[in-house]
Amino acid sequence: MRIVAALLLLSAIGTHAESGQYLKREEFLKLAFATGAPVERVLWVDRGLRASIEEILDHPLSALRIRYWRNDDTTAWILDEIGKEKPITIGVTITNGAIGSVKILEFRESRGWEVRYPFFTDQFTGAGLDQRLELDRRIDGITGATLSVRAVDKIARVALYLHRHATKS
Amino acid sequence: MSFRSITGAAFLACTLAPSHAAETPSIEELWALVRDQQARIQELERRAQEAERKLADASEQAAATAAQVEATGDFVETLASSARPAADSRIGGYGELHYNNLDAADPDRDEEQIDFHRFVLFFGHEFNDRTRFFSELEIEHSLAGDGAPGEVELEQAYIDHVVSDKLSAQAGLFLLPLGILNETHEPTTFYGVERNDVENVIIPTTWWEAGAGLTGRNASGLSWQAAVHSGLAIPVAGSNAFRVRSGRQKVAEALASDAALTLRLKYTGVPGLELAGSLQYQSDPSQAGGDGLDSGTLFTAHAIYQRGRFGARGLYGRWDFDGDGVEAAGADEQTGWFVEPSYRFPVGNGDLGVYARYEDLDGARGADQFSQWELGLNYWLHPDVVFKFDYRNRDHDRAADAGRDFDGIDLGLGYRF
Repeated sequence: MRIVAALLLLSAIGTHAESGQYLKREEFLKLAFATGAPVERVLWVDRGLRASIEEILDHPLSALRIRYWRNDDTTAWILDEIGKEKPITIGVTITNGAIGSVKILEFRESRGWEVRYPFFTDQFTGAGLDQRLELDRRIDGITGATLSVRAVDKIARVALYLHRHATKS
Repeated sequence: MSFRSITGAAFLACTLAPSHAAETPSIEELWALVRDQQARIQELERRAQEAERKLADASEQAAATAAQVEATGDFVETLASSARPAADSRIGGYGELHYNNLDAADPDRDEEQIDFHRFVLFFGHEFNDRTRFFSELEIEHSLAGDGAPGEVELEQAYIDHVVSDKLSAQAGLFLLPLGILNETHEPTTFYGVERNDVENVIIPTTWWEAGAGLTGRNASGLSWQAAVHSGLAIPVAGSNAFRVRSGRQKVAEALASDAALTLRLKYTGVPGLELAGSLQYQSDPSQAGGDGLDSGTLFTAHAIYQRGRFGARGLYGRWDFDGDGVEAAGADEQTGWFVEPSYRFPVGNGDLGVYARYEDLDGARGADQFSQWELGLNYWLHPDVVFKFDYRNRDHDRAADAGRDFDGIDLGLGYRF
């Protein structure tokens, strides 16, 4: 019983620590654009764009608009996708059609936390999108974190597709 | 150029070109022409000013319309968000249907049956960003009640509290951090219709207890779990004497005179790799003193590696019990292990995976002392829907149990959501 009480006490004393959020939006944009974040842009999701995004996500998209930032050939996207139960907030930067970085801004699941660390996210650097809207390289998963890995993979592909769409003109 | 120079030049031009003299306008005509052009210029200036004003109005209207569209977009997205089920509560689940057709050496032990083995519903609720509830309710074997083969079981019901990004605490009824399948056992995550036997005989999966625990993790991919919880009540007599699986109390008015402690260390710092070891100590796994079973320690270790299409996993588990009775029965040391290589590749719109597994078990009962070969395949129609087929061949260690030897096939269907 003493051990149980000690565990509960230990759980109570840490209540001031920040939970789940590892990188703020401003911090992510600062990393993405060394010269300062450009003005936020809005991409309206038309019928064709929605169909492609939903094909990648494998579920309906509820958003009407997607916000992003662009400086020359570099774009940055902050998107949410549910892992097992809760949305994971993922930031993706893309330059010339290849991923520059993937960062986990916020993770709210109780399992699958490994996806937020560089040993996993660094695998995406340099990846592009092939004709089947799949990544053009293999991403090794994490045992026990299948759904979180799947969520990050989907968002990386969606961001690559959106970059292609936003920079085509 | 002065007026005199102009009129002089005009006079000279008239003198030098008499043939055009009749077409030259008079001063009055020129003056009228200038006044007409001036009026036209004034009209054009007026029109230009009007166009500028209209353009400014149009820009203003366009900005107002853009603001209205943005506001409409905000409203529609908010409406869509609020129309979804309560975002703080989530449901999920999994299930598996099994068909077994096994030929035993003793025909009386042949088995041919179909069974909806597990139907599970998850329900979770997030009180706030830091505190969550999670539960799992299961119906086993389709039908529960008096004389029915199945059970309704509460397998998880606990509070998870995030202390910091590297530490969380749990309290309630939860799955113990042991082996590969005990915490993650949805049928889409493993090969074989039936779960491996190490996680049946040695680790009595699915194994849940009530208590409190802590989970810590760091950036290198290393994590640890520690939990103090209720323990087993292993029978010390009868046909299931010292059988670990028979000791699960399932937190149902369970004996709680002696608690247990479980520790786990796990490394997942390389994508595709998982290495883990667990240790559990029970001060009295029968929950009764002086009955020949005094204490028990369980050690488990496993490795999982998935590299592209190739995968491999292996698990070792071992119980060491102290006590005169358990030692006299030769059940003081119970072990089991398996290895399982696999290969998974895309086929059509899904994935096909083939695997082989070898297991060796040494449990308390003769029926739990055997080796087994298994070959099979999984076909994932969708990442969350799987069809399974396997062939098993089991040989028991003791001659007295040779009648239990069998070979046969299993078919399965599994899903999760």
